[in-house]
Amino acid sequence: MDGLITGISGPTVTAKIGGVKLCDMVLVGHAGLVGEVVRLEGEQAVVQVYENTLGLGVGEPVVGTGGQLTVTLGPGLVSTMYDGLQRPLERVRAAVGPFIRPCRDIPPLDTAAEWRFEPDRKAGDEVGAGEVIGRIREGAFVHLITAPVPGRLGEVRSGSCTLAEPVAHYEDGSGIFALQKWPVRRPRPFRRKLPPVLPLVTGQRVIDFLFPMVRGGTAIFPGGFGTGKTILEQTIAKFADADLVVYVGCGERGNEMAELLEEFRTLKDQRTGASLLSRTIVVVNTSNMPVAAREASIYTAVTIAEYYRDLGLHVLLLADSISRWGEALREISSSLEEMPGEEGYPTYLSSRLAAFFERAGAVETLNGAIGSLTMILSVSPPGGDFSEPVTQACLRTTGVFLMLDAALAHSRHYPAINWAQSYSLYAAGVTGHFTARVAPAWGEMQQRCRELLQREETLREVAEIVGAEGLQDGDRLLMMTTERIRNEFLCQNAYGDDAFCAPERTAAKMGAILALHDRAEAGLKQGLSLDEALAGGA
Amino acid sequence: MRLSEHRYRTVASVGGPLLFVEGVVNCRMGEMVRIIYPDGTAVAGEVLKISGRTVLIQVFGETAGIDLGAEVIFSDAVRRAPLSRSMVGRVFNGSFEPIDGLPMFIPEQWGGVNGLPINPTARACPEEFIETGFTAIDTLNTLVKGQKLPIFSCAGLPSREVAAGILRNARLAGGGEFVVVFVALGLTHHDYSFYMDALQEMRTGFVAFVNRADEPVVERLLAPRFGLACAEYLAFSCGMDVLVVVTDITNYCDALREVSTAREELPGRRGYPGYMYSDLASLYERAGRIQGTAGSVTMLPVVTMPEDDITHPIPDLTGYITEGQIVLSRELHQRGVFPPVDVLPSLSRLMQRGIGPGHTRDDHRRIADALYRHYAKGRYVRGLEAVVGREGMMEADRVMLDFADAFEAEVIGQGEARRGIGASLDAGLALLKRFSLEPP
Ligand SMILES: Nc1ncnc2c1ncn2[C@@H]1O[C@H](COP(=O)(O)OP(=O)(O)OP(=O)(O)O)[C@@H](O)[C@H]1O
Ligand SMILES: [Mg+2]
Repeated sequence: MDGLITGISGPTVTAKIGGVKLCDMVLVGHAGLVGEVVRLEGEQAVVQVYENTLGLGVGEPVVGTGGQLTVTLGPGLVSTMYDGLQRPLERVRAAVGPFIRPCRDIPPLDTAAEWRFEPDRKAGDEVGAGEVIGRIREGAFVHLITAPVPGRLGEVRSGSCTLAEPVAHYEDGSGIFALQKWPVRRPRPFRRKLPPVLPLVTGQRVIDFLFPMVRGGTAIFPGGFGTGKTILEQTIAKFADADLVVYVGCGERGNEMAELLEEFRTLKDQRTGASLLSRTIVVVNTSNMPVAAREASIYTAVTIAEYYRDLGLHVLLLADSISRWGEALREISSSLEEMPGEEGYPTYLSSRLAAFFERAGAVETLNGAIGSLTMILSVSPPGGDFSEPVTQACLRTTGVFLMLDAALAHSRHYPAINWAQSYSLYAAGVTGHFTARVAPAWGEMQQRCRELLQREETLREVAEIVGAEGLQDGDRLLMMTTERIRNEFLCQNAYGDDAFCAPERTAAKMGAILALHDRAEAGLKQGLSLDEALAGGA
Repeated sequence: MRLSEHRYRTVASVGGPLLFVEGVVNCRMGEMVRIIYPDGTAVAGEVLKISGRTVLIQVFGETAGIDLGAEVIFSDAVRRAPLSRSMVGRVFNGSFEPIDGLPMFIPEQWGGVNGLPINPTARACPEEFIETGFTAIDTLNTLVKGQKLPIFSCAGLPSREVAAGILRNARLAGGGEFVVVFVALGLTHHDYSFYMDALQEMRTGFVAFVNRADEPVVERLLAPRFGLACAEYLAFSCGMDVLVVVTDITNYCDALREVSTAREELPGRRGYPGYMYSDLASLYERAGRIQGTAGSVTMLPVVTMPEDDITHPIPDLTGYITEGQIVLSRELHQRGVFPPVDVLPSLSRLMQRGIGPGHTRDDHRRIADALYRHYAKGRYVRGLEAVVGREGMMEADRVMLDFADAFEAEVIGQGEARRGIGASLDAGLALLKRFSLEPP
């Protein structure tokens, strides 16, 4: 499985090599750059290299590893920041300094760290594949250590252990480790999918109240630059009621990731009081890191997320931005000289995206627990034009569409979610939940809020022709109420105390605005002037 | 390592800035080559693509005069930038050769031209206030150290006066000053002289990389990378605060498109290559600060929006990478407002961290928010005025119209004079008071 480089074009390398399979991971050049076989043509393999190919020479070796690109899963993932190939960036920095240089042999999980292994099974037990043999606690999470193949257990350890040595042996002497490797592009199995019905509270009023999310659902928010995608992703990462958050910085800014790390280290998870970072895993491939690794980053992240889902947890995957993944796919496809589809994107863009979205969902795990994986992805359409391929491909599969509106952002209405264009396919089911559990009037208030905003739209057009002076008192009242809804309810400053709003407070706020409106309206009916009616109402 | 230089006389074809050489053994990506023309002139080139024994080379220089008999010499090395403190005060061309009449300096070290990505865990968040002297920026779209904040301009607007004003006036919070790295891409002689005058006036040092309108287009792809390699060295090896001004990014992108077309790559929007986002990011992302290091790289690219269109791929992709934008407006310029900054589409995303107690003044956020909110209202009302006329409007709306006019004339339109942050905030506060719109 050794070969030689015969050609190089950007991140694509051709090599004369036998014995490799499609999707195999190979090491390229003297530097051992990580690559993946993407095409086989006779004796030639086309390899996608995940690192910078500058300086790579024709005639340098290419070595097969005999396996696919994998993610390492086990205790120690939480609080870590990884790159798209799951290299732990803190430890890379300790090894090679503040700039990322190629470096080998830094395993994704710290193999020296000590954990406590609590066995469920004992020597002599017969175990099936995937059966739990013991547990390791990592902060709030309990890792289930499973038997990779059926067999009879020989020795089973208990207590202190590291990831470098087996926690148990089969009778034939082969070991069972607390970590496992999983190919990034293969979804992890589960028993069955469940319909997503439980709400995922984001703490953002406009989302929870008008366009609610569910555990196991998918949401996208497309928006032009500066419309607040990153702030929204990060605010949701801070406050959403998920057990674990996997945050993917996909082709975006380095400073944002540094800020996220700094903030999450100091901020407390409002539900548990622990540091926010202790429920967060970050995967980052900034815009200036190699493009092919950016393409892989979302798969690395989703595989990690599935692993925690399989522990029976509610996992939230946030990616900013999926468009950068699409562009990476396009760059790779064009360096492979594939036939382009729309706007140069490969024709498999939408099927790949759909398959990725399918990895979300609420499931019954192989162990019979209930877990979920929710995805909230931002989209960065070129020129803010939503008709482009990535937005359109996402729209076909997503359950919630939150349209970020540049005009709202310019008037500093944040989150700049357009209430007329956005939708949630989960609204009907979840509204019932909020009505039953949070506020009996939830559903009715939601309906009224929508109507008021809709009528405002029409009135605004009228007002633009006749002037605000020309409107009737009732209409002016309505416009005042909707202005309050917009400024005090839909707007939510991410930098202040209002950044999170519990559903109870969301209901109370809307209730107060509507009550005021009703009192003033009653006053108008009794013949009061608008000012009098408002004063009486206040 | 190869033991000797490889020389070939096997050029198969030439077109634009590109050259195909055949029968080459063992060359590397990005390898530097020298091409000797029949008349003896030598130009530099770089390996772009290798396919078996056929190699595609990008030529940095004039390809006119080349023929298939030209000799190509492979160096076995990738391009490196010579680095030294004695770069400061010097002017170079886009290939890093001195054009100020002085001899080349002696490098203290050699560094990669493209730079390496900063490990996100090693970045220090930008949060130190930079006073530019312009109220529109300092009060409403604050620049901080390590930020990348472009100026979006339109043809005919005074972007160079704004950029030069910032060069002249920018100060760090503690009164510290910047070393400037100035990268000129495809500038006319007129613009070039204007900037050089501004640079010569500066008390602190500068390094300039200049590619003029009549110089090789391909060098435009190189000059900003040399400039940034130089900036990184001065910042992270020598501990200096460096301000990088690149003008004009639009010329850079056009050069990128030209080379991409010559390579017969698939064109993306408006003919720009699909990888333009990643390519621009490889420049812009080099701005920043690093934990445990003293220096910083702050970046002010100038982008001229073709057809005044902010959704054009160049400003669009720039906006997606940078940390905000300062947008100049033709309308304000026509009304004589200088600097003609339209604060509504402008934004500094890192402002939050650089203002308020310990940075500027405690009331900064409140003043900025109030000015912004009332001005936005005023602008909206101005739109209505065109339809219903001033008479059809409520008194409160008429006040907002006057507020917007006064805001543009007095707060934004400060003229050439420098305003400190205190004076800037006071100007805003005074206006709010006059209209009884004081922030709570
Ligand atoms: N909820 C919010 N509260 C206050 N300010 C906000 C909020 N959302 C966004 N902003 C403001 O908008 C700016 C831009 O937001 P953000 O960086 O999230 O945009 P973006 O859509 O991610 O842009 P890009 O596509 O370029 O990454 C922020 O720096 C902040 O000033
Ligand atoms: Mg963003």
